[in-house]
Amino acid sequence: MSQNGHPKTLFEKIWDNHVVVDEEDSPSVLYIDLHLVHEVTSPQAFTGLREKGLKVRRPDKTIATMDHGIPTTSPEIPISDVLVLKQISQLEKNCNDFGIPLHGLYSPNRGIVHVIGPELGLTQPGMTIVCGDSHTSTHGAFGALAFGIGTSEIEHVLATQCLLQVKPKTYAVKVEGQLPKGVSSKDIILNLISRIGIGGGTGHVFEYMGEAIRSLSMEERMTICNMSIEGGARAGMVGPDDTTFEYIAGRPHAPQGEAWEAAVEEWRTLPTDEGATFDKEIVIDANKLEPMITYGTNPGMGMLITQPVPDPMQFGTVSERQTLEKALNYMDLQPGQSLLGKPVDVVFLGSCTNSRLSDLRLAASLLKGKKVADNIQMMVVPGSQQVKQQAEAEGIDKIFKEAGADWREAGCSMCIAMNGDQLEPGQYAVSTSNRNFEGRQGKGGRTFLASPLTAVATAITGQITDVRTMLD
Amino acid sequence: MEQFTTLTAKMVSIPTENIDTDQIIPARFLKVTDKNGLGENLFFDWRYHADGSHKEDFILNTEQGRQAKILVAGDNFGCGSSREHAPWAIMGYGFQAVISTSFADIFRNNSLKLGLLPVIVDEETHYQLMSLIEEEPDTEIIIDLADQTLQLPDGRKVKFPIDNFSKNCILNGVDQLGYLHQHASKVEAHEAVNPHRVNTLAGSST
Ligand code: SF4
Repeated sequence: MSQNGHPKTLFEKIWDNHVVVDEEDSPSVLYIDLHLVHEVTSPQAFTGLREKGLKVRRPDKTIATMDHGIPTTSPEIPISDVLVLKQISQLEKNCNDFGIPLHGLYSPNRGIVHVIGPELGLTQPGMTIVCGDSHTSTHGAFGALAFGIGTSEIEHVLATQCLLQVKPKTYAVKVEGQLPKGVSSKDIILNLISRIGIGGGTGHVFEYMGEAIRSLSMEERMTICNMSIEGGARAGMVGPDDTTFEYIAGRPHAPQGEAWEAAVEEWRTLPTDEGATFDKEIVIDANKLEPMITYGTNPGMGMLITQPVPDPMQFGTVSERQTLEKALNYMDLQPGQSLLGKPVDVVFLGSCTNSRLSDLRLAASLLKGKKVADNIQMMVVPGSQQVKQQAEAEGIDKIFKEAGADWREAGCSMCIAMNGDQLEPGQYAVSTSNRNFEGRQGKGGRTFLASPLTAVATAITGQITDVRTMLD
Repeated sequence: MEQFTTLTAKMVSIPTENIDTDQIIPARFLKVTDKNGLGENLFFDWRYHADGSHKEDFILNTEQGRQAKILVAGDNFGCGSSREHAPWAIMGYGFQAVISTSFADIFRNNSLKLGLLPVIVDEETHYQLMSLIEEEPDTEIIIDLADQTLQLPDGRKVKFPIDNFSKNCILNGVDQLGYLHQHASKVEAHEAVNPHRVNTLAGSST
């Protein structure tokens, strides 16, 4: 219980610890412990600083990398996209001019910003973390308050290390029971979003709790927190526990020796107090979950993989019906149709949702000794250069290559299709990423979001497959 | 920050719900280092054919679209990414306000910082505005920020919510950064009592 006796949630504790100014009629001034920067959303913020003659207040709490536009082809092939080159050189110049450490193109630590933060031990419990990227929610898996911001806000944090924020509400997501075989943390989050819709968490911060969450590894927790934003919540968090501390211990930026002991002691006070209340709550029974898949053009349009595509006529309001009709039209799917057995063209294993070592290991364990079907182009994009190196050290890359998959360099790649890795118009992909918006993976491309296991099962058979039929 | 006090203008509607930032401005147009010219790419994939020619029936390609300063859109507008390129593109096209039944958090925050006014109305008012646009496309409505009201042609005034801080910044066209700078000493005091846990510069040899 907190010092003043009133039970608090994890979110409230971190919030209270970071409020610097709280004046009536103004949003709170919130102190930011870690600011992650990438090449796409930051250039205009640095321009703003220059125009106003300002410095970066705390370069030692700021770190940059490049991920969104970077090619995933061999580093020997020069980058041909002049716009990407310009963004990269602009980031290099900005980091240089303002003294910000950068994991640049040839750094062994380069990678998707939400993969490298935890990997380097920068992401720690109790911190406030921001980045000009909505999937900053990923870092909440460590019991941090982490959320995406826009470019004006990036400029604010660079200049002052603070942000103006209206205090969000809290939303408890209780996942009870244990996940059945073949069902993973990706299925938990896709299930949540399909229930509450993509605006369901607007104005709230999720806290994921319950037995099923406790038994997940850090990487699995990151997958869930990552997609909090797809449920409309800017942040999602998990109370830190021994799993969290074990993950952080020994990483380059983790505290050491006595500082480590002190940090862990403090982190143990962070979890939500008994009796603390949330503004909203939902309970999910993990025992009843199945692999999930999306059928539409937003992440809320998801279903159990054994269910039929819903019929717009079953929906209450005209606008709901029209929205679903438009989505099914774009996806070229019929109401009532099963997605099982539907042939697809591309399988994408990657993105800040599912490109960590455990994702690749799990995918490789299912693919081992098998082949990617002839009609499938499978692309495997590790989340960071470190993940890539570790996977190669374990021989995982060979499993993918021997199966006929394309093993790439680290980056955002086909998750956002800025770097040339993209779907052709009309192509279908099963993707482990987080967004199935129209054109997200390439103009005219059609995305089914699913777990890495479902993705690999689909790659092997060439059609959307319930992975449970392939497990013994 | 654009100043906004009152606006009397025509509207257009894009009634689709959950319009995400990838529709507002597709990711391939984010490879820029300034904010200019994005209006051309607003709703690109809905607005242009594969060969780059205009889809003449898309509302933003019509005279009505070009004259409008207010966009009325479906529920949960601006969901998806944090890209500020979305409100930059909307303003670049010429809109000064967006009306919907709800907005995604980050989009709303970004817009408020730029002076693009996100106006939240109830479903009934939303429906009424949609019908108005369809039946009398030249109708103008009045948005009064000081008053926090929308005035419909029948004289009815509808209140909309906005926090006082953002409202005052937008009414006066002042950047929110100024407020943060005023509190520099409190920030220093906070830093003095809170341990310095990570130092990104430590061991940064790469
Ligand atoms: S992998 Fe995709 S979702 Fe994640 S940061 Fe990159 S573009 Fe954004």
